[in-house]
Amino acid sequence: MLNTTDILETITMIREENLDIRTVTMGISLFDCISDDPARLEEKIYDKITTSAKNLVRVAEDLERTYGIPIVNKRISVTPISLIGAGLSPDGFVRLAHTLERCASTLGVNFIGGFSALVQKGATKGAASLIEAIPQALTETDHICSSVNVASTKAGINMDAVKKMGEIIKETAYLTREEDSLGCAKLVVFANIPEDNPFMAGALHGIGEPDTVINVGVSGPGVVAAAIKKAGSCDFSTLADTVKKIAFKITRVGQLIAAEAASRLGVPYGIVDLSLAPTPAAGDSVAEILENMGLERCGTHGTTAALALLNDAVKKGGVMASSHVGGLSGAFIPVSEDRGMIDAVKCGTLTLEKLEAMTAVCSVGLDMIAIPGDTSAATISGIIADEISIGVVNTKTTAVRVIPVWGKGVGEVAEFGGLLGYAPIIPLKNESCEAFISRGGRIPAPIHSLKN
Amino acid sequence: MKAVLTVTGKDKVGIIAMASTECAKFGANIIDISQTVLKEYFAMIMLVELDGLTTDFKGFAESMELKGKESGVDIRVMHEDIFNSMHKI
Repeated sequence: MLNTTDILETITMIREENLDIRTVTMGISLFDCISDDPARLEEKIYDKITTSAKNLVRVAEDLERTYGIPIVNKRISVTPISLIGAGLSPDGFVRLAHTLERCASTLGVNFIGGFSALVQKGATKGAASLIEAIPQALTETDHICSSVNVASTKAGINMDAVKKMGEIIKETAYLTREEDSLGCAKLVVFANIPEDNPFMAGALHGIGEPDTVINVGVSGPGVVAAAIKKAGSCDFSTLADTVKKIAFKITRVGQLIAAEAASRLGVPYGIVDLSLAPTPAAGDSVAEILENMGLERCGTHGTTAALALLNDAVKKGGVMASSHVGGLSGAFIPVSEDRGMIDAVKCGTLTLEKLEAMTAVCSVGLDMIAIPGDTSAATISGIIADEISIGVVNTKTTAVRVIPVWGKGVGEVAEFGGLLGYAPIIPLKNESCEAFISRGGRIPAPIHSLKN
Repeated sequence: MKAVLTVTGKDKVGIIAMASTECAKFGANIIDISQTVLKEYFAMIMLVELDGLTTDFKGFAESMELKGKESGVDIRVMHEDIFNSMHKI
């Protein structure tokens, strides 16, 4: 029989330390829906998604019940819509967003991701139209997420797209101003976007993926924080081993759920994303992990090193626990979704500059950060360009999801609700970068020898 | 399939009797049982075989959890594979 201590450890992780499966995401290819008749295209997309994922929510709920572990989100990712609706006008893309919204509502899923464009080297007519449609699409829908890949290590940075995305974020913020510019929380700008990421808002179903696939994102910052607390004042080797062991256990649950969900749905199993995804709930914070390592407050000196250790150990522990790993895999640091981060921003210890440094050693990037509503489009583009450069030069994924909260300034708080949480508005530099951003063109791809 | 049934809470008379009576009522066969009492905290773990269940898994698990609530203890029923996955390589 199983060891009593092991069983009670699992129960404690779930009941007291917020261990959960953050998402079971079904990727669906929409290539076979392409049609030159917009009405037919919408109909085929609706039919494909609602048929492929008709059992997704029921199966996920059955698994929750059987294994006794919460599955927080049931989501869908689709082929980047700019490829599927390549001939459409911006209005046509807005209509497609409504079609996706109808699918989400029919199926009862939490989000559909993939209202996306890949423009790292340049935008096709379709990609440009989709980008134009983003503000209206995100304003008129509730469950659709959008992402735009503006750079890659191989292509360099498309600075025209970076400039454009500053304007798009600003417009989205204005259109959703009644809800603290919530639309921007559903929009991410990427470098090196992964094709199998199950997490929102950046999920899409890449072009090299099978027709349908199941990807799972695990969570569990609370479990890691508790293990580190229990380990006490050990040295760094022991600290890293503690994280590895616990990450292994967390990921094994993800692997079990991914394999079982794939088998019950008759769909191939894709990957497990080894991520520590926080929530605004007490005891579910990545910042708390770093603080348990010995930092008085997240954001102080030593934070980047602590996060680097954490991120590396999570991957090392998780890789052995899962047969296929992918997606974003690493610790997330979305400010509004992490109570420890929120507190650290409030007291001024965690700044945008420190967050940027932290993203060089962990997954994703500047995530869920509320900035003043009067921030110019060029400044937003400057923030994007900085963050994207880190990803491009270091051959990793980075992304920006900032929310210029319309009508609010430093010292005020933006409320997004639910898992998206709340965020104090972070101060930015006052000096302009407009002349730099307005140059236009591309920043060339970086050299990969002569490393320093 | 086999499930792990855990009962945790404050120790008192009749917890095992209550849990095993409920299991018998639904045709769940108890294969193994272990219990520990730490101070006043009671933790019992049962491994149950559910092939002869007279209801579905959901119905069984919900009835057990409800019975636990009535008796002032926390009962959980989970597929054994979650524990096997996590703790065995």
